[in-house]
Amino acid sequence: MQHSHDTHSHSHDAHHHEEMGFWSKYVFSTDHKVIGIQYGITSLLFLLFGFGLMGLMRWQMAYPGTPIPVFGPILEKLLGSAAAGGVMSADLYNSFGAMHGTIMVFLGVVPLAFAAFGNYVVPLQIGAPDMTFPRLNMASYWLYFLGGIVMLISFFLPGGAAQGGWTSYSPLATIIPTQGQTWWLVGMVLLINSSLLGAVNFLATIIQLRAPGMTWMRLPFFVWAQFVTAFLLLLAFPPLEAAGVMQLMDKVFGCSFFLPTGLMISGKVADVSGGGSPLLWQHLFWFLAHPEVYVLILPGMGIVSEILCNNIRKPIWGYKSLVYSLFAIGFLSFIVWAHHMYMTGMGTAISTFFQTTTLIISIPSVIILTVFFITLWGGSIRFNTQMLFTLAFLVMFGIGGLTGLPLGFNFVDLFLHDSYYVIAHFHYVVAPGTIFALFAGVHYWYPKATGRYMCDFWGRVHFWCSLVFMNIVFFPMFTQGIAGMSRRMYDGGANYSAAANKGLLGALPDSAIYSNVIISIGAWMLMLVQIPFIINFVWSIWKGRKVESDNPWEATTLEWQTPTPPPHGNFAVAPTVHRGPYEYSVPGAASDFIPQNQADTKAKASKS
Amino acid sequence: MEIPYTVNARKDTGLYNAKLGIWLFLASEVMLFGALFSAYILLRVGATPGTWPHGLLNVPLGTLNTIVLIVSSVTVVMAWASLKMKQFGKWRMYQGATLVCALIFLVIKSFEYNDKLTHYEVVTKEGDKFHVYDGHLVQEDKDKIVLHPSAHRLYTARAIAYGFGPEPAGAHAAADHGAKEHSDKHELITIQRSTIEHMENYGPKHHAYLAIYFTLTGLHALHVIGGAIVMAFFFGPGAKMWKTNPEQFTNRIEISGLFWHFVDLVWIFLFPVLYLL
Amino acid sequence: MSHSSTPTTGHSTSDGHHDVASEVRRYLIIFGALTVGTIVTVLASYVNFGSSTMNIVVALIIASIKAFLVAGYFMHLISEKKMIYAILVATAFFFAGLMYLTLWSSEPASLIHHQSYVP
Repeated sequence: MQHSHDTHSHSHDAHHHEEMGFWSKYVFSTDHKVIGIQYGITSLLFLLFGFGLMGLMRWQMAYPGTPIPVFGPILEKLLGSAAAGGVMSADLYNSFGAMHGTIMVFLGVVPLAFAAFGNYVVPLQIGAPDMTFPRLNMASYWLYFLGGIVMLISFFLPGGAAQGGWTSYSPLATIIPTQGQTWWLVGMVLLINSSLLGAVNFLATIIQLRAPGMTWMRLPFFVWAQFVTAFLLLLAFPPLEAAGVMQLMDKVFGCSFFLPTGLMISGKVADVSGGGSPLLWQHLFWFLAHPEVYVLILPGMGIVSEILCNNIRKPIWGYKSLVYSLFAIGFLSFIVWAHHMYMTGMGTAISTFFQTTTLIISIPSVIILTVFFITLWGGSIRFNTQMLFTLAFLVMFGIGGLTGLPLGFNFVDLFLHDSYYVIAHFHYVVAPGTIFALFAGVHYWYPKATGRYMCDFWGRVHFWCSLVFMNIVFFPMFTQGIAGMSRRMYDGGANYSAAANKGLLGALPDSAIYSNVIISIGAWMLMLVQIPFIINFVWSIWKGRKVESDNPWEATTLEWQTPTPPPHGNFAVAPTVHRGPYEYSVPGAASDFIPQNQADTKAKASKS
Repeated sequence: MEIPYTVNARKDTGLYNAKLGIWLFLASEVMLFGALFSAYILLRVGATPGTWPHGLLNVPLGTLNTIVLIVSSVTVVMAWASLKMKQFGKWRMYQGATLVCALIFLVIKSFEYNDKLTHYEVVTKEGDKFHVYDGHLVQEDKDKIVLHPSAHRLYTARAIAYGFGPEPAGAHAAADHGAKEHSDKHELITIQRSTIEHMENYGPKHHAYLAIYFTLTGLHALHVIGGAIVMAFFFGPGAKMWKTNPEQFTNRIEISGLFWHFVDLVWIFLFPVLYLL
Repeated sequence: MSHSSTPTTGHSTSDGHHDVASEVRRYLIIFGALTVGTIVTVLASYVNFGSSTMNIVVALIIASIKAFLVAGYFMHLISEKKMIYAILVATAFFFAGLMYLTLWSSEPASLIHHQSYVP
């Protein structure tokens, strides 16, 4: 790009800024950075809300049938008879459970990991001025916002929000007499369209807008992770949209896509034409929802690789193995979905097929984790907050991943299916896994977005407390699950306990019941220790320590080679890329890091 | 910095942004309709033998609609070729023809929908005998309704349970109920309202086939409407861009055309699957 | 169009008028083929090919040929860029996986659909 042209476009941008009002600058913005921050703040609030639902449910599990202190009367006022006397009713418990899953996955973690970090960081890392389709990007956020509103309103409908679990298995979800399920489906269709627009945009941006010299094998691993994630969303979500439309037809027009002939409801034959297939819903749901697991984890892995290299001051060990493993995961994740369906009786041959593919997909996952561990070898590690979260991610995700292996075998799954073991497994992947990576990402990119650091001391307090309480919450669940505790029991298993069924084989041991109290206290403490993070996050916007330069972490990737915060259009001068993403501690170089856009290795890397 | 490659192709990929974008979008559309087709197959394979209808839909109308969509596909591609040859007047003609085709398609489709929605299955009970009548509603009074029997009908689980099925097993059950088949007589049937036990039109609720028929064609019709709105915009106010940025305008016509061809492509499969097989 | 079937216009630039003009002739031929294909599909549905499965196969083969003509020539897939091919090949693979694996599992489960309706 010509220099004269550059100054022209720069001044044009400055002019553009002045004429933008508050609404077009901060609310209906088409700038990828503003949209990223909008996504980030909205999804963090949804995460808190979804966590809050579980906080209330944990009271019912620890102390079944007793009024919830403080929040009980509020719930009764808001939701009426569903929380009569401040006690959580079974229906309310079911709808909170279903909405906890839905909100955490579709409104919390995916928008934060994919849309928020992806939107803010990807165009900067590839040296692009914005996303390819800025207006679609804005539409994507507002569809997401609308979908969230629809989900929230459903709590106040007569009958309450959806109660069929986040998986919404039909016929159960279809026949529960609440309009909440219809709203859930409408909300899901909005969210799916939102993520579809996002996925098209990310793929087009990464393919088309890479800066000159940014070849495929020079992309930061975070960009690769977002690329594969976008591809999963693009192709896996539409079948769920089709399934959602069909369940909507069942709900609204009384069709029988998922309702079999001769379906009995409460002892009466249902007034439906029948001929539908309950298995079809599960196929279409898990065709999305298994790739969705990788949508949850891959952006986290991307964030981890960036922070790891930056704080070890070493290139990543085996960059190509990482990228190829990522592709193997993306490819295989489409043909493992029915390992969620071993219990449906779909046949032993097909179970064996899916068991095989499931175990094969663990290979690239282990390669990625191994690459990260080997990268640590011989590094001189900087232990700042984001690095602590990253290191914890490696171990916690390791636990989550390895405990998934038994679930992949169909004969072991027959026993563990739908037990607390499953809950512990996927929460280890997503909560201390992905969410720790996201906290690390917040600490790492915060200075770029705001020009100020988050407080490191309170960051450490937040980290250590979160780490301890996460494990107090989720580790006992493994033993509960192996003891035979089913995942959707409203009273925490009290009715199935050994105390209630003396001498009965298979009754839940006292230890499993008592664990409920420990887990609940752990969960509430975990909630309390998020307060330092919230205060730190808000306070630092205005009062945090100012950054000394545009590249405070001395990083190599392009997002740090821009002004802080980056202006509309991102780069003052269009960058040209000369090298790979992680050139740290290159022998003979003047500094221990060489930015991707620096041509001369001998020159001292500029910090601004 | 401005966003590059909005008009001209990037060298290494050979594509401009919107072209890549529309293909990515179409890839996801393939999965959307693919899931619905897999639902169709699963429902059909799982249906009680003999209850999946053949020839329920109007084949001449369906064929006509197929031809209409093919014509529109040709006019769409000719519209784009006209712009490539800088013949704006010709483009206008072809673009207008496409819109007319879209309208014809939707009108024919709505007639077909109406035909199904006025087609009824009526269960009556006179004394202890059940009858199942099937036909188009031609007259509706306070105390009685009049049906015109239809040559093609569906066998629902309900009708089979009352002994009106496609199989000999159904005839056996009919003897038990002492009922007999009425739908094969081609004269008007008058039914007293007081005897009606159950009455249901051939809407999506009636049968799994109708459910997938309405869902697939409904979603397809929404795509037709969406595509037509975009093309009407380019035909009307959007055409101003030809004067200021003809290359980008040509790209836009190409993109909307690609979407339109995809809609045609879906119909090419829908037609035999729903009308003929 | 950067591609052309006739070698005489093969050298022309991406905006060549002749190129497009020769394409137009091709579009009309394909229009004819698609119309014939539609009529053949309808006629074939009245012919008994031995079993209903064979009739389905014949109808789907004709539909696939028509789809190839639309995608290949109207959508210019016959001469598209590698990136688009890569996207579509991946999509086709996952589409096939969705269809095939879903159907594979449907057989034992279809037993539950054969229960009779009890009024």
